[in-house]
Amino acid sequence: MADTIDRSGTPLVEMRDISIAFGGIKAVNHVSVDLFPGEVVGLLGHNGAGKSTLIKCLSGAYRMDAGEIFINGDKAAINNPRDARRYNIETIYQTLALADNLDAASNLFLGRELTTPVGLVDDARMEAETRQIMGRLNPNFQKFSAPVSALSGGQRQSVAIARAVYFNARILIMDEPTAALGPQETRMVADLIDELKRQGLGIFLIDHDVHQVKELCDRAAVMKNGELVGVVDVDSVSVDDILAMIIAGKKPQMAA
Amino acid sequence: MNPQDYEAAASTSPTEIASFAGREQTPLQRFQHLLHQNPALVPLIVLVLSVAVFGVLLGSKFFSPFALTLILQQVQIVGIVGCAQALVIMTAGIDLSVGAIMVLSSVVMGQFTFRYGLPPEVAVACGLLCGTLCGFINGFLVAKMKLPPFIVTLGMWQIVLATNFLYSANETIRSQEIEANAPLLQFFGNKIEIGGAIFTYGVIFMVLLTLLLAYVLRQTAWGRHVYAVGDDKEAAELSGVEVDRVLISVYALAGLICAFAGWALIGRIGSVSPTSGQLTNIESITAVVIGGISLFGGRGSILGMLFGALIVGVFTLGLRLMGADAQWTYLLIGLLIIAAVTVDQWIRKVSV
Repeated sequence: MADTIDRSGTPLVEMRDISIAFGGIKAVNHVSVDLFPGEVVGLLGHNGAGKSTLIKCLSGAYRMDAGEIFINGDKAAINNPRDARRYNIETIYQTLALADNLDAASNLFLGRELTTPVGLVDDARMEAETRQIMGRLNPNFQKFSAPVSALSGGQRQSVAIARAVYFNARILIMDEPTAALGPQETRMVADLIDELKRQGLGIFLIDHDVHQVKELCDRAAVMKNGELVGVVDVDSVSVDDILAMIIAGKKPQMAA
Repeated sequence: MNPQDYEAAASTSPTEIASFAGREQTPLQRFQHLLHQNPALVPLIVLVLSVAVFGVLLGSKFFSPFALTLILQQVQIVGIVGCAQALVIMTAGIDLSVGAIMVLSSVVMGQFTFRYGLPPEVAVACGLLCGTLCGFINGFLVAKMKLPPFIVTLGMWQIVLATNFLYSANETIRSQEIEANAPLLQFFGNKIEIGGAIFTYGVIFMVLLTLLLAYVLRQTAWGRHVYAVGDDKEAAELSGVEVDRVLISVYALAGLICAFAGWALIGRIGSVSPTSGQLTNIESITAVVIGGISLFGGRGSILGMLFGALIVGVFTLGLRLMGADAQWTYLLIGLLIIAAVTVDQWIRKVSV
């Protein structure tokens, strides 16, 4: 899987010394990770290890207390999801973040509606664009006029993925994208990750499944109790090594 | 693997989902779905039925242009305030201060004209500004301070109403005085007569405002954001909607609409009275609920609110013409409210 990622240049994303606390609990404690173009970095850890919280600092959902984020080597100010989008960071949230009563096209373009010259929403063009991208991602998708609450789990997932992919993301965050999916749909997501990786996107993948991380990712960053246990090259460690990192917080000796 | 392979792989994947879309539905489910797509349909059906029933029972006494347009005149204030209430409820909020803002705005328009001798145009502008400001404060507290809308507007209701009584010293400005010195304040009381039908400017304003808002909610990004915020605030925020700005704009606009209702109120009753419009809060919420707008936010149509207000108007006038005790009206409206919310819950299950 990990062909050869060129890590000599400037990283696409560098999160440096990130900390965030809720009340007295340090959800993320001085964590640094980076991500290079064409690379998939898996984020692993127990529930509450802080991986989702860390990544929400990058997607703009949370504001970090301390630390710095660099995008292509330039310091980035990300205070809300709109800021993140300006840096071409797109996120597929675990909750999907869809407005249930709106249809697929309205959700895909929510916050970035296509409008006619007089400022009215251009429903026809948005639906056409949605049909086009859904044709690529999930050719069986037909319910374009139904509210997304009427869709199945897999269909809703594909709407959320389409939204992240449509706007030419450079950096993609996927928070447990396959948690609600069947085996076939999981395969589709894996194929999509491969394709996007080849296009030079950097992907942060949060996942519970160690085997899946080993298959899809180039590197894995493991967190425990808000702290970074370590970052390892997935091909140089075994599944057991990664599990040991998750459970015991122990970094294998030979790892990079 | 190249993109073509990927698409080949994708096309072989989830066939069982496609069959889900084509699943047979019972007529009841299809009806349920229809209502889900057209939330104004239920109140429209109830409105047409109630007009028909009273028409049959009362004949030309009810079914005349005069009586039917009288209903419009009687609901104009509730209809206008209902527009404000509907907007707020669509964001999953509630505005208990609409009636108070309306009255204070009308008092500002009256007092600025007669106490300070300002030109009526300026006084009206100040009244509109006053309503907008009250709404803006509501919106700011809800959006930025994250306070529950119920609490914010409950407090605002008391504050605005007390301000209204303190500032006006509980004095009414008489109709003749307004008519002689500042007819602009009674602008919405002007009438157009067609046959026996009487349309006041206030009625026309109510209808135009409802249509305009319905159009804006459907056809602008702002309208879509209002629905999205009411639907799921967190999801809207994560999708890049500026939730705070949407909320503040909705409450401020609601305040402005209430101020217009205050202006129309002067046209309706002729005078400026700080004690008028006490029931407008409850009546506007009633219109919204009977109109099929979900109190859970994110769903409903503003046209439904207008139908809801008209249903109440039809029952009120119809029962009065039949000589029934006014309490029968309240009893039936109460039943309608509970029925409307029951229907809403049933429609909400459409996709589950």
